[in-house]
Amino acid sequence: MTQALQDLAEHIAAALPNDVVRTNVMFGELAVNVRAGAIVKVLTFLRRDPACQCRMLVDVTAVDYPEREDRFELVYNLVSLSQNHRVRVKATVGEGAPVDTATGVHSSAGWFEREIWDMFGIRFSGHSDLRRMLTDYGFEGHPLRKDFPLSGHTELRYDQDQKRVVYEPVTLVQEFRSFDFASPWEGMTELLAGDEKATVDIEAGEDAAAAKSGNGDA
Amino acid sequence: MSEVSIKNMTMNFGPQHPAAHGVLRLVLEMDGEVVARADSHVGLLHRGTEKLIEHKTYMQALPYFDRLDYVAPMSQEHAFVLAVEKLIGIKPPPRGQYIRVMYAEISRLLNHLLNLTTFAMDVGAMTPLLWGFEEREHMMEFYERASGARLHANYFRTGGVHQDLPAGLVDDISTFVDRFPNFIDDMETLLTENRIFKQRTVDIGILTEDEALDLGMTGPVLRASGIPWDLRKSQPYDVYEQMDFDVPIGKTGDCYARYLVRVEEMRQSLRIIRQCLDEMPDGPVLTQNHKVTPPRRDEMKQSMEALIHHFKLYTEGYHVPAGETYTAVEAPKGEFGVFLVSDGSNAPYRCKIRAPSFTFMQALESMSIGHMLGDVPAILGSLDVVFGEVDR
Repeated sequence: MTQALQDLAEHIAAALPNDVVRTNVMFGELAVNVRAGAIVKVLTFLRRDPACQCRMLVDVTAVDYPEREDRFELVYNLVSLSQNHRVRVKATVGEGAPVDTATGVHSSAGWFEREIWDMFGIRFSGHSDLRRMLTDYGFEGHPLRKDFPLSGHTELRYDQDQKRVVYEPVTLVQEFRSFDFASPWEGMTELLAGDEKATVDIEAGEDAAAAKSGNGDA
Repeated sequence: MSEVSIKNMTMNFGPQHPAAHGVLRLVLEMDGEVVARADSHVGLLHRGTEKLIEHKTYMQALPYFDRLDYVAPMSQEHAFVLAVEKLIGIKPPPRGQYIRVMYAEISRLLNHLLNLTTFAMDVGAMTPLLWGFEEREHMMEFYERASGARLHANYFRTGGVHQDLPAGLVDDISTFVDRFPNFIDDMETLLTENRIFKQRTVDIGILTEDEALDLGMTGPVLRASGIPWDLRKSQPYDVYEQMDFDVPIGKTGDCYARYLVRVEEMRQSLRIIRQCLDEMPDGPVLTQNHKVTPPRRDEMKQSMEALIHHFKLYTEGYHVPAGETYTAVEAPKGEFGVFLVSDGSNAPYRCKIRAPSFTFMQALESMSIGHMLGDVPAILGSLDVVFGEVDR
């Protein structure tokens, strides 16, 4: 299974050398990173190529990494019914940069792209109907961005005097609590905040530790 | 006679309409009695599930999956636990896998029973619904006896299921499986050759193979269009590989074919449940890796380590190694997928839920254009949408 996917990855990379940035196979799943400008070309290739035959676009989604230069990663999940394999196409997109719509290749992309516009604010150029999808009429902001608060910005209630539903800024009765669960119990690979002193001696030697403590005193 | 120009009429279907199967606002542009445009406004049941999951531990995220497709809750849980298991790299013990498969199939029965009977009601038949809900209640009882809840089970766990089946449940499910085919026969006598039912469904909302693929249809809708594609066969998970069952496909791709496919799938589900009951081995139902699953209660009274494990699991939760996976299961409605991105912490970095109904809703417009207004509920009913998972 993995070998077949490796072969497929090499095949795709060889056919589109200028567009494919990187391929990798993890957990028995093939992911192909491509340039954002080439998405439509890659999807068309994957659909038509006899070795790929990815005729169904199962899912399109995005992931937000605010610390990266191009903060969004678009993810297209394709499946081939005749070859029985899945291909994941990924591309990084910056904030405000439009991406070509995939609706010309797969009709199913239409609503998925609308949802991404709604949730992340990525524009798809050439999309015929890029309205908001899941949020309220007249909603502002893009909820699945990492900098959008979980509680949102507005809340609504029925106003007895005005006899209609009114929007108001969110007021939290209790402060929103976000617990920091980073602990050295299991699976920790990075340093804990404030725990540098314990490891600095071993890894960087005593000079670094001395320098650090010196800074702290000053 | 001079020609009269007739303006198209716009009408609202829903959001509170009994045939809309939930909260759907469908803005129909009618050319006389014929649908010219169908613009569906979804999102009235949007609860921000994906955003909430990003702020919860993996164990706390699971109950949200019951609330997506609330007609067949455990199928959704199945997709999520399989995704997490893939990232952690654990496999549940055989008995756990058998129980999961059995309950996934009971969920399929629950779903098809509700869909077929409400679909029949949409096109004018009341009795199947009343009969079907009685049987559904029996199956929800099986849910309750295993998990403690009729609907929102929260039963599957990373590494198996939460508890073993209580004494006597296997026998009761066994009697049910023997009895249930009679119910399907009864229901079929009411519907399958019913003249009114056929007039309302045959040749309505035809979806060709190419259209079905292009629109990303999955599950019974895809199979009714003649494409033999079932993830339980083609990309098996848990113990589906060892199960002997057939995948029914339709020939015509209309509402009636979708009905027939679902009826046959119920019979096949019963076969799978029967095999699970017969072959289910003894042993643990949950993996014994206590970094992921809680220790037994009596162990906690004796062992300090078990107590620590318990405490850490229920406060901090377990950490999942960094990585990403798209894991899909054959839910009753179609391919239900979870795209899970982990950054190595105890909460998912991103959890995209790919719901089959979402693509069905998208297809509704192209399927209903050119049909009469009265056909829209029939198409909607045969597509099998539940707004919990469309809106998420």
